[in-house]
Amino acid sequence: MSDQLLKVTIDNITVEVPNGTTILQAARKIGGDVTPPAMCFYTPLKGSGGKCRTCLVEVSKGSEKDPRPMPKLVASCRTTVMDGMEIKSITSQRVLDARAGVVEFLLLNHPLDCPICDQAGECHLQDLSYEHGKNGTRYEFQRRTFKKRDLGQYIQLHMTRCILCYRCVFTADQVSNKRVHGVLDRGDHAEIATYIEQNLNNDFIGNVIDVCPVGALTDKTFRFKNRVWFTKPMTAHRDCDKCCGEVTLWMRGDEVFRVTARKDEWGEIKTSEKTGNTGWICNDCRFDKKKASDWTIEGLAPIDRHSVIGQGKYKGLKKPEETIEKVLDGRKPRLLMNIHSVSEVNNPEIELSEINGPATSAVFKKNNHE
Amino acid sequence: MGRKLLLEKAHVEGIRYYDVYRREGGYRSVEKALKSMTPDEVTEEVKKSGLRGRGGAGFPTGMKWSFLAKPEGVPRYLVVNADESEPGTFKDRYLMEFIPHILIEGIITSSYALGANSAYIYIRGEYAWIPDILEQAIAEAKNNGWLGKNILGTGYNLEVYVQRGGGAYICGEETALIESLEGKRGNPRIKPPFPAVKGLWDCPTVVNNVETIAAVVPIINNGGDDYAKIGVGRSTGTKLMSACGNINKPGVYEIDMNISVEEFIFSDEYCGGIANGKRLKACIPGGSSVPILPANLLLKTAKGEQRMMHYEGLSDGGFATGSMMGSGGFIVLDEDQCIVKHTYTLARFYRHESCGQCSPCREGTGWMEKILWRLENGQGKLSDIDLLVDIQSKIEGNTICPLGDAAAWPVAAAIRHFRDEFEWHVNNPKECLQRNYGLAHYADPIHVPTPA
Ligand SMILES: Cc1cc2nc3c(=O)[nH]c(=O)nc-3n(C[C@H](O)[C@H](O)[C@H](O)COP(=O)(O)O)c2cc1C
Ligand code: SF4
Ligand code: SF4
Ligand code: FES
Repeated sequence: MSDQLLKVTIDNITVEVPNGTTILQAARKIGGDVTPPAMCFYTPLKGSGGKCRTCLVEVSKGSEKDPRPMPKLVASCRTTVMDGMEIKSITSQRVLDARAGVVEFLLLNHPLDCPICDQAGECHLQDLSYEHGKNGTRYEFQRRTFKKRDLGQYIQLHMTRCILCYRCVFTADQVSNKRVHGVLDRGDHAEIATYIEQNLNNDFIGNVIDVCPVGALTDKTFRFKNRVWFTKPMTAHRDCDKCCGEVTLWMRGDEVFRVTARKDEWGEIKTSEKTGNTGWICNDCRFDKKKASDWTIEGLAPIDRHSVIGQGKYKGLKKPEETIEKVLDGRKPRLLMNIHSVSEVNNPEIELSEINGPATSAVFKKNNHE
Repeated sequence: MGRKLLLEKAHVEGIRYYDVYRREGGYRSVEKALKSMTPDEVTEEVKKSGLRGRGGAGFPTGMKWSFLAKPEGVPRYLVVNADESEPGTFKDRYLMEFIPHILIEGIITSSYALGANSAYIYIRGEYAWIPDILEQAIAEAKNNGWLGKNILGTGYNLEVYVQRGGGAYICGEETALIESLEGKRGNPRIKPPFPAVKGLWDCPTVVNNVETIAAVVPIINNGGDDYAKIGVGRSTGTKLMSACGNINKPGVYEIDMNISVEEFIFSDEYCGGIANGKRLKACIPGGSSVPILPANLLLKTAKGEQRMMHYEGLSDGGFATGSMMGSGGFIVLDEDQCIVKHTYTLARFYRHESCGQCSPCREGTGWMEKILWRLENGQGKLSDIDLLVDIQSKIEGNTICPLGDAAAWPVAAAIRHFRDEFEWHVNNPKECLQRNYGLAHYADPIHVPTPA
């Protein structure tokens, strides 16, 4: 019974998934627009999810056995599917309204300082607002800011940008051997902080940078060095005695600007090929191995989710090709007219810098000039 | 005079102490339950009584108990919710302060029914002086053989612990309470799993309000059927109301749930009418989270009938024209009170108390507070009113715990019934700083269409 597949239908698309699958994971299996955005859930982190509320969906039929719809929208990341469940994501106006509401809430106090934020280009909040937000805000008050807190030599915290997804807290609990940071205070004054100023320098703590969906936690060794879309992601590895050593190098020419763990299309750290566990990387690999010679470079990393780092920029690049010959069954096109010889404005003798006012066609009239 | 079950002996001199409490018939329910009933029979009696949770949601207690998972070899817990922080609610404090033994007695009988060998009282941090009273009562009960090992020679063991809360309203939400009790940050958990399956230390747990647990005592003493005879329909037994605001006699009252709201406010037995000869303008009948009602809809339902003081009576008309029993915090506003200011005060409370986990509640409560501040101070715009309605609708139902709803409802209800007063604030920005809108038409008889 337990290994039997369950049928679920999301926006009229049916998939079969194993027992225990969440609605979000089932939707990711379908992919595309029906997949709800997820800002706080992170598959490798136990207990994550349920907080941001971006992934709300409508359950219009509970299951084959109990077809009653669920009265409230549910967090798809924390709701497991039942056999025969029917879910509405983008086909439900209620979901679209709630989602737009959540996006507005998340951006309400966000500083929108993308031009100076290291996360820009790979920020999930940027993607979220682009895909699901409205333009403009109805908020007319001063935005909330936080006092800067120092988290040590590796990690920069910009609390003002934080969306309180708690991912970094779960990471410190589950990946590093001691958590010294967490959420202090509550409500809209809650903040990520260390209790007393403390350094985050635990061996694996650098992973909080990778799980942070926004630019609240960034890599000090990469700070302001480059825009992510100018760097080229390369898959690389090294023999490391602390971690799996499987990384993405963000390079420009032969220079390594940044080292991160390898992420999948949902921005989640991938399973390591070597260990079969989540491919968290250690601080040495992340912060200290910044020479190309430290690494065995395998090749370009596939990046396909984020707009500006963009699919096809480095891999599978499709150059435009001439199609005329194909269309004309192999005949070469015939030159009908050379535009240069008949153009009235093709007049190299005229020095453009000497024209008084704008360059209109009158200026180029031959007789006018003579 | 209505029947008193919980406060019957409240005025007996020395009832706070064991000897007097016992002399007045205390701990009979424990004797009866442990010696002559099986745990399931106790639960059955509670089911028969129709008792509904007194913490706010009104969920049938017997049913809640029967949902408790009972896997072999896993401990079960009873947790008493004494976090009482809802503005306007102070009934549990009265019980614990003056008749602590009724709570301890109820805990023993209930724990026996649930098969729990440890029970916790999680008490609001600000009730700083009450843990001592409770701990003394626990020590007295233990010295007299009602707690500890092999109680009354029946082989049943029980320990009761008192834990002070950290001072947050959210820790009254049952799963946040459990987190806090475990020593963690009081964030509500994402449900499912429910506490009945995975509660304290991931073990099956029942969380009940102080008054709910205390009510088990008369239910076992007199039988569930007897309890069910008091009150009306699905509102059985007696209910503690904590009445406050502009009334002559604020305090804690025990009512049988078959009196009218009008009687409760105006009779000398209860609130004794509006203070200083003023007129009634509005009321929040069940603690700050439930919808506010203008005087006319408070005393009469939309159908023109007397509004009654019970679960169904107070919620008659749904959210459109009714409210809720909630936790029994009865807040009365006279004609001099400003609804806008009042709504702002509540919004400020919810903003301050949101745990901040979910984005709609964390951000929405702060936004509503700012807009309400602006309206209250004559700086608002007409469009702010609809904006508030929209914001609250984006919070309601979309959050992890009901605090989001509790923050949304008061705003929605205030605008639903008092929109003119909000508009008056916008249209008279100077005047609204000098005087209040007053009673206006809020006590006028409502038009009741007569069926053809
Ligand atoms: C924000 C919030 C605060 C709450 N505070 C209290 C409280 O102080 N006391 C209480 O008994 N129940 C409180 N509740 C209700 C509890 O979650 C729970 O429903 C109740 O303790 C169950 O007990 P009952 O069934 O006996 O009513 C609160 C709920 C919420 C959402
Ligand atoms: S710092 Fe980043 S990862 Fe941590 S809670 Fe904030 S947004 Fe989430
Ligand atoms: S609704 Fe508010 S109080 Fe409840 S979990 Fe969400 S943020 Fe916390
Ligand atoms: S991803 Fe589901 S609530 Fe955040």
